[in-house]
Amino acid sequence: MANRLDEGIDSAGLGVRRGLAFVAPALVLIGVFLVFPALWTLYIGITNYQLTGPAAANPRVVGLDNVLTAVHDPLFTNSVWLTALFVLFSAVIGQNALGFGLAWLLRSANPWLRRTIEGLVLLSWILPGTVVAFLWFAVLSRDTGTLGLLLGSPETSWLVEYPMTSLIIFNVWRGTAFSMLLYTSALAAVPPSQLETARLVGASGWQTVRDVVFPHIRGHVLTNTLLISLWTANDFTPFLLTSGGPNHRSEVLPVLIYRQALEGGELGYASAMSLLLLLGNLVIALVYLRLLRRRA
Amino acid sequence: MSPVWMVRRIGFYVLITVVLAFFAVPMLWLASAPFDAKPGLGPRWPDWTLSNVSATFDHPFTLSSLVNSLILCSIATVVTTVLAALAAYALSRVRMPGRDLLLYLLLLLSSVVTGTAAMVPIFVMMLQLGLINSQFGTALVIAGGMLPAAIFILKDFMDAVPRSYEESARVFGASPRQVLSHVVLPVARPGVATIFVWAFVNAWGNFLLPFLLLRDVGRQPAAVLLRTLYDEGGSANLRVIPVFSLLYSIPVVVLYLFVSKRYGFRFHGGVKS
Repeated sequence: MANRLDEGIDSAGLGVRRGLAFVAPALVLIGVFLVFPALWTLYIGITNYQLTGPAAANPRVVGLDNVLTAVHDPLFTNSVWLTALFVLFSAVIGQNALGFGLAWLLRSANPWLRRTIEGLVLLSWILPGTVVAFLWFAVLSRDTGTLGLLLGSPETSWLVEYPMTSLIIFNVWRGTAFSMLLYTSALAAVPPSQLETARLVGASGWQTVRDVVFPHIRGHVLTNTLLISLWTANDFTPFLLTSGGPNHRSEVLPVLIYRQALEGGELGYASAMSLLLLLGNLVIALVYLRLLRRRA
Repeated sequence: MSPVWMVRRIGFYVLITVVLAFFAVPMLWLASAPFDAKPGLGPRWPDWTLSNVSATFDHPFTLSSLVNSLILCSIATVVTTVLAALAAYALSRVRMPGRDLLLYLLLLLSSVVTGTAAMVPIFVMMLQLGLINSQFGTALVIAGGMLPAAIFILKDFMDAVPRSYEESARVFGASPRQVLSHVVLPVARPGVATIFVWAFVNAWGNFLLPFLLLRDVGRQPAAVLLRTLYDEGGSANLRVIPVFSLLYSIPVVVLYLFVSKRYGFRFHGGVKS
């Protein structure tokens, strides 16, 4: 924000009217396809709207009944719990730790090794979701799946017997790239002289990270954790791997919402559940924006 | 060369090997199975053949789904890039009432309202508008979801374009239109290219929205068709899936190579996403 003083100086001579005309088309699209649906969730969430049947033609307002039903619905509480586990283990712990570990280890590795690993990690991040879901389906399948062969138990069907663990490991693989990139750029900002001093006084790797590096990157850790948690909680890829099964054991919130709304036809009830997801997103985003402001 | 140093080196390489295997092993299949005469789910050295390629093209929907992906993705990407560039430029240069609030709301929206959280109202809205099975409608929904983040990232780029360029151009009598097309756009090109690639990769991989909104298999993009191919009651067609996955992945990989060669895959300064 070095140019705060001349910010808003209309150097191209557009004028406010033309400026508004430039912004308007984007705002219309955002309004129709993002803001309106978000607000409409509030309304659908308090009705008994359904995909088919009498309640499809004439939905009735049922107030907070949906929310109350959800809170007492074992499927919903189960799903919230699984989503929490998914976010905690795959994002907050898994992606964070592996992403930082890679950034830290690779900073002094030889360039060829570094490029290879970074390339693979990035590739797992940018390949289309349906493709990577199938790749992991193949790795985790029984009889000929790679994991079964490696561990000497080809009869194990990993996605059926350990659905949540499989999803967590998958998501660590899928999402670590972002944390790695972020921590790589954060580590570049740690003064080399301080690292050198730590080395001279004989600090171990762990001590160096804790006492020298961490104070410098604390903000980055928080930013990273908030963003990856948000993305993980809203990730629909678990649907492609397990569809929430077997017997709801991997039914994270996005999958539950989909199944309730599109397979069960309970649009009103599913909206009430979406509301909770939106609320969770809002809380995380507000904390994140607060952080950004303080740093700027 | 103390023993401790040796142990540490060995530990380092063991760790790196494990990580390398973790990330590489799932992808090996994508390299071998397409060219294997008897492709299975496991990794193995292939019996080289190209017959899977013709089997894939013989499938009635593979080619059309890739074309659908291209249509969907092009509309969404172009709409996002053009509208975001216009909006970002105006927000960067013109002092409008409520601008800071607007930017704050955009940033908030881009993270809070995700396709997953808003899938029910989006589906109901498109159903009532009669836009289920409309590729154009679906592309607009995808673009709407990408726009806030795109505007935000592009505004950063636009802020970095020196105003003196535009001022000099105006001194020489250029109209606002000329300033835009001859001065601003060329200078902001890296930012616009970044958004273009970012939007393309996002739209290309998007599964949920086309899955919700395009029910007719003849209009579905590759993301949805691939899911249909391996979800057919356990009888996944392993002659078609590998080649098709590869074909569907290539554009993303090419773009990634292009970006990392040209700009380097790094974050500069703040978080860009």
